[in-house]
Amino acid sequence: MRLIERFFKEPRWGVHPDDHKRPAADVPLRVLPQPARVHMPLQQHVGGAARPVVLVGQKVLKGQLLAQSQGNISAPIHASVSGTVTAIAEVTAPHPSGLGFAAITIESDFADRWIDTDPVADPFALAPEEIARRTAAAGVVGLGGATFPAAVKFVLGRRLGVRTLIVNGGECEPYVSSDDRIMRDFPEQVVDGARIIMHAIGADESLVGIEDNKPEAIAAMTRAAAAYPEVKIRPVPARYPMGSDKQLIQTLTGKEVPADARAAEVGVLVHNVSTCAAVHKAIRLGQPLVERIVTINGAAVTAPGNIFAPLGTLVDDLLAFCGLAQAPARLILGGPMMGTLLRHGRVPLVKGASGILAFDAVEAAVPEVGPCIRCGSCTRACPMGLLPLEMAAHIRSGDLDGAIGYSLSDCISCGCCAYVCPSHIPLVQYFSHAKGELSARERAKLRTEAGKRLAEARLARLERDAREKAEVAARRKAERAAAKARVPSPQPEPQEAST
Amino acid sequence: MTRPVEMPVAAPYAATPNSVSRVMIIVMVALTPATLFGFWLYGWPAIYLWMITVGAAAGGEAVCLQLQGRAVAPVLLDGSAVLTGWLLALSLPPWAPWWIGVFGGLFATVLGKQVFGGLGQNLFNPAMVARVALLISFPVHMTAWVAPLPIVAAAAPGPIAGLLITLKGMQPAFDTVASASLLGFAKTELSRGVDLAQSLLHAPIQGWYGSRAGSLGETATWLIAGGGVAMIFLRTITWHIPLAMLLGIAIPAAILNAIDPARYMEASTHLLSGGAMLGAFFIATDYVTSPNTPRGQLVFGAGCGVLTYVIRTWAGYPEGVAFAVLLMNSLTPIIDSYIRPRIYGRNRQGVALEPGK
Repeated sequence: MRLIERFFKEPRWGVHPDDHKRPAADVPLRVLPQPARVHMPLQQHVGGAARPVVLVGQKVLKGQLLAQSQGNISAPIHASVSGTVTAIAEVTAPHPSGLGFAAITIESDFADRWIDTDPVADPFALAPEEIARRTAAAGVVGLGGATFPAAVKFVLGRRLGVRTLIVNGGECEPYVSSDDRIMRDFPEQVVDGARIIMHAIGADESLVGIEDNKPEAIAAMTRAAAAYPEVKIRPVPARYPMGSDKQLIQTLTGKEVPADARAAEVGVLVHNVSTCAAVHKAIRLGQPLVERIVTINGAAVTAPGNIFAPLGTLVDDLLAFCGLAQAPARLILGGPMMGTLLRHGRVPLVKGASGILAFDAVEAAVPEVGPCIRCGSCTRACPMGLLPLEMAAHIRSGDLDGAIGYSLSDCISCGCCAYVCPSHIPLVQYFSHAKGELSARERAKLRTEAGKRLAEARLARLERDAREKAEVAARRKAERAAAKARVPSPQPEPQEAST
Repeated sequence: MTRPVEMPVAAPYAATPNSVSRVMIIVMVALTPATLFGFWLYGWPAIYLWMITVGAAAGGEAVCLQLQGRAVAPVLLDGSAVLTGWLLALSLPPWAPWWIGVFGGLFATVLGKQVFGGLGQNLFNPAMVARVALLISFPVHMTAWVAPLPIVAAAAPGPIAGLLITLKGMQPAFDTVASASLLGFAKTELSRGVDLAQSLLHAPIQGWYGSRAGSLGETATWLIAGGGVAMIFLRTITWHIPLAMLLGIAIPAAILNAIDPARYMEASTHLLSGGAMLGAFFIATDYVTSPNTPRGQLVFGAGCGVLTYVIRTWAGYPEGVAFAVLLMNSLTPIIDSYIRPRIYGRNRQGVALEPGK
C-alpha cells in the first residue's frame, strides 16, 4: 500500500536523500557561551557591502550599529557582543576559495550589555512603511540562505499587491534543523513575525509550508497559530528541494512563477520561518539581527545539535563547543545539497548560515565518476523540468550556446541531478562553470560595447568640433569679405568666435 | 583544529546509493528467473551457449579497453558488457553452435559499443546489432529452433552430449526435436497459401506458461514480463516504453485480427510470441539508446511496437523486434531533440508564462 502511494502521490520532481536530521534536531537548543572575539563581516547579504561607522578602539554595545547599508539593496551590520572594536580588517570568507573579505572584529567584554532598544507594543498600529524601515534598520535578511534584504521584499510585495505570504518551513536540506528548532521552540515568534510581515505587505493570508518529516514543528506551529485563522499551517511532502521558493509556491498554491519573473508577480511572497522570527524581534523588541540558531551536525561532531550563537563567532569555536571526534574530512556551511565548502574553520558565522557540517571520511567520500548512460534519472529529478544530461554534454564540449538552448538560465543549482546520477557526474559543477563563463562573457560584451560607445562618441565629438570650426571659419571669411565690400564701419565680433 | 580540505568539490556533498553497476545487477537479477527457466527447458546446450556468449561479450570489451590503454577490471565490473552478452544469448536459438555465440558476443561489444566510444556512446542497442548481424549472416543457424526438451527428460542431452551439440552443431541423434517458432511457422504456412485457421491447428506446441520452440527469452514470456514489472517497481525503468511498445503491437494486431482472423494472428499471440516481452522490458528500455523524457519514451515505445507488428506481418522476416528497436534507436536523437519536458515557468515552446495566469 505504501509502495502504491509512493508510486502515485509523490511529486514528479526532486529527490529523497537520507535526511540525517535526527538526532541533532531532537537535541534541545543550546546557547553558546560568549565567545572572546567575534568578526562581523560587512557583506553577509545579497547587495552592496555595509560601510563601517565605528573606529578601532571604540567601545560598542550589543546591537549597536557597526556598519550601515549602502545602496538600495544592502543591509546594516550590528555588534553581536558588547566590547571593543579591535580591528577592521580581512577575515576568511565562507567561500571555497578561502579568500578574505572585510570584517569588524570585536573583543568581547563578556558583559553582554545591549543598547537601548525601541520596542513596539502594537506593530499593527504602525504604518507598513515604518515596519519595512525598522526591519531594514535591524539588518534582517532572508535567513533561509538567500540573504536577500527582507525589507526590500516587503516594499516590492506591497507595490505588487501580494495577497499571500508563504512562510517557508520546508527546510529540505539534509542534516540541517535550525528552522525545525525555531518552529519547535519559538513558534509564537514565527507566527507573530509572519503576521507583522502580512501587515507590512498587505497580505490577507499566510501559508506556512512545513515538510511532513517535522511533526513536532507542525504541532507546535499549529498550536501557536490556533488563534490566528489567517495563518494556515500546511504540511507538505518531504521531498528535496521543497524549500526552494518556486517549488513551495507551486505545491502550496498551484501557481507557477513565470521564467525570469519574481514570485511577487503571481501574488505571493516567500519568507523563511527564521526570517519571520527575526522580524518579530526587530519590531516587537527592537533588537537587530545579531544572533541565530545554527545546526552543528555531521559524523565528525561528538554532540551534534542546534546552537544559539552570536553572529561572527568562528566556526572553529562552534565546533569546539559541540566537540569534534576527529578532524573533519569535509567542512560545509549550509546543507550538503547546496552548501558551501569551507577550507578551514577560521571563518565567521554569517547571517545566512543555517548549518555547519563536519563530515567524517565516510560521509565525505566522493564516488568515482563514470560515463553518462543516459538513464534519464537527472531529467526525472530536475524540479525545473530541464535536461541536465544534455546541458552537461554541451558544456563539456565547450558549446555554451547549446547549453543556453536547453535553458541553462532556469537552473536553480539545487543539485538534484548530481545527487541522483548513478555515474556520479558532477553536473552542478558543469552548470556553475558555464554560468560563470556566461557572466564573464556578458561582462566582456558590456565592456566592449561601452568601449565602442565611447569611441563612437569621441569620433562624433571630433567630427562635430571640426565641422563647427570649419563653419565658424567660413562665416568669418564671409563676414570679412562682406566688410571689405561695404564701407568699413565698427562692428562687434561675432560670438561664435569664442568657440 | 580543523585542517584544510585539499580538493574543493562542487555541491552536492551527498550522492545516491545507486550506481551503474547496481542498475546492471538489478537488470540481471530480473532476467535470472527467465534464464533459469530457459536453461531447464533447453538443457545443457543452452547453458553452454549462454556462457560462451556472455564470455565473448566480456572478452571483446576487455580487449578493446586494453587497446585503449584503460583499466579493464573497473569497466568490466560495471556489468554492462555481461548484460549485453546475456541479452544477446536470450535472443539466440538455444542449440546454436559455439561460434554463433562467440561471433555475436564479440560483435555486440566491439562493433556495437566500443567503436562508438564505450558505455553511453553507442547509438544502437549492442545486443540487437549483434543479433541482426547474425541473422543476416547465418540465417540457417539463426532460425534452427528446437522444441523444448526439459533438462531432466530422458531424451535430453547430458552435460557431455550437450557440449558436443554446442561445439559441433546439432547432432543427428537429436534431429527429431528440430522445430519452428510459431511466428516462423505461421509465416511459412501463409506464404504457402495456408491460412491461420488451418495452419494453427498444426502449430508447434504452445504451453501457456511459455514452453514453446524459440529462444530462451521467447519461451519464458511471463517470467520476462514479471522481471520487467519488478524493474518498474524498483524504478530501474519506467513504464512508458514497455507499455507503449506492447500497445503498439497489440492495438494493430487486435484491429486486423478482428477484420480478418484467417490472415492476422491474435493480439495475445503476438504479445506472447517472439521477442515481444524481452524487447519491451529489456531491449527497448536500454537507457543509452532510448529517449530520456517520458513523452519521448512513449513515442519511441509505440514506434518499436508498431514496427515490430509491421515487420512480422508484411515483411520477409517472421520476427521484427530487433529490426524495430534498431530503427527506433536511430530516431532517438531526433525524438530527444523535439520532445523535451516543459520547463517550470515556461510553456512547451519555452516561452515564459504570463504572470497572473
